[in-house]
Amino acid sequence: MTALAPFAGFGLGMRKPHYPAFLAGEVPVDFVEVISENFMVEGGRPLHVIDKVREHYPVALHGVSMSIGSAEGLNRDYLRRLRMLADRVQPLWISDHLCWTGAHGFNSHDLLPMPYTREALEIVRRNLDQAQEALGRPMLLENPSSYVTFAQDEMPEWAFLAEIVRSSGCFLLLDINNIFVTARNHAFDPAEYLAAVPADRVRQIHLAGHSQGREGLLIDTHDAPTPDPVWALYEGAIGRFGPVATMIERDDAIPPLETLLDELAIARRLATSKAGAMAA
Amino acid sequence: MTLIDTQRRFSAWLAGGHIDVSAMMGPRAGRGLAVYRHAVGATLTAALRDSFGKTHAWLGEKAFDAAAVAHIQIRPSTSWTLSNYGEGFEATLAELYPYDPEVAELAWLDWSLRRAFEGPDPAEIDPADLAEIDWDAAILCFAPALAWRTIATNAAAIWRALSVGETPPAAASLDGPAGLIVWRQGLEPRFRTVDPVEQAALESALRGEDFATVCEMTARADPLGDPVRRVGELLAQWLGEGLIVGVI
Repeated sequence: MTALAPFAGFGLGMRKPHYPAFLAGEVPVDFVEVISENFMVEGGRPLHVIDKVREHYPVALHGVSMSIGSAEGLNRDYLRRLRMLADRVQPLWISDHLCWTGAHGFNSHDLLPMPYTREALEIVRRNLDQAQEALGRPMLLENPSSYVTFAQDEMPEWAFLAEIVRSSGCFLLLDINNIFVTARNHAFDPAEYLAAVPADRVRQIHLAGHSQGREGLLIDTHDAPTPDPVWALYEGAIGRFGPVATMIERDDAIPPLETLLDELAIARRLATSKAGAMAA
Repeated sequence: MTLIDTQRRFSAWLAGGHIDVSAMMGPRAGRGLAVYRHAVGATLTAALRDSFGKTHAWLGEKAFDAAAVAHIQIRPSTSWTLSNYGEGFEATLAELYPYDPEVAELAWLDWSLRRAFEGPDPAEIDPADLAEIDWDAAILCFAPALAWRTIATNAAAIWRALSVGETPPAAASLDGPAGLIVWRQGLEPRFRTVDPVEQAALESALRGEDFATVCEMTARADPLGDPVRRVGELLAQWLGEGLIVGVI
């Protein structure tokens, strides 16, 4: 299986309002991340867009529909289409979430929570083996935001992730905001999470904002700037992991591109500062 | 409980089933479960709004969202891709608005344009390939994203007005049934209405009948007209619009 080449640039998630600027190659970023499913189509403008963007930028493919935690197994048509897109785009890497999306023919199109059990570990490992074989490369697995736990949980999320990485050979896409949201919702210390992550397997970081839901829950809405506590966690993360590809992920209330670039500049500054401090 | 049982129970509950899932959850699960259930409905409604923009504008937000909620209950999503979720929304609207047929026709147009937008790329036809054709036996090959149907209302005129921000005309029945076709020319989805003569020719050609039969069907649809001339005009138009992508 092909190894992942080192890459530690700064990028943005490409969203529709900003397509023209990305198509023109005018956005000063090191890479862009696109939602894979938006381009897993038969033809037409989406493929024209991805081809043009790829002429200007390295592209990371980020999926939301693989359902890597599905006990019913993966959808082979999905894997076939994703492989076709990957062959076309030649992405930096392919990522998806530690979640499942539906069962028994029903698809929620949401990132549903996993019980963290040994049985689930084996199922996720088996699915990852299948996906990585079909895609011809190791994947990046992203930690989800979570709003419930399961009575049968046998380990914390960070231990589950560490074991999946060890047994499957996959890498990690760490969403720092998701760690913060989940930690608040389930009352654990996010620093403990970061300390347990296998540092040499983290290849990408997502930064985003969240919102306050009812009854004290934080909701991973990705509709706001990265808040200070998430920046603080990011500093801790890059202090431990070293240079890692980092991007701002905004999915709703999309602001002007300049606003996102200003936010990305904060990440660059923090990473540069941390790298300088570590070198000194 | 095995993972497959957990996921099937959770799915059935999310789909609206009267199932108690709280027992398999950790503490204080109620508030978190509500987040997931809300997210599923919001995601599917947003997908329908995105795919059915003109239908949404015609019905208004409140009526459209009510139709979306009904659709989600009647036809849960079964595809891996959210972009397929509009399939069948036209049928839901036809059931909800039996006396307003323009609503389902607008939805068909919205959906067909969306499918054409990301449908298969048509082959490029080489005019030189047409020189040696035995036209009597020729079979026309149409663009893969082509869709067509018969319409009874002025839904196409409503759609056009809404697309340019004009006040749409009141819904009205057409004098007689007409055809509506949707396809993609290059990267641009397109649509237009077709008269009964063109519809007869098109339906014959889309059934895979040879060109001689297409001419015969055209003559039957317009016995007093000049079928040879009309078919020639239609052929030139279809080629120019990118409707025909090959002749065998």
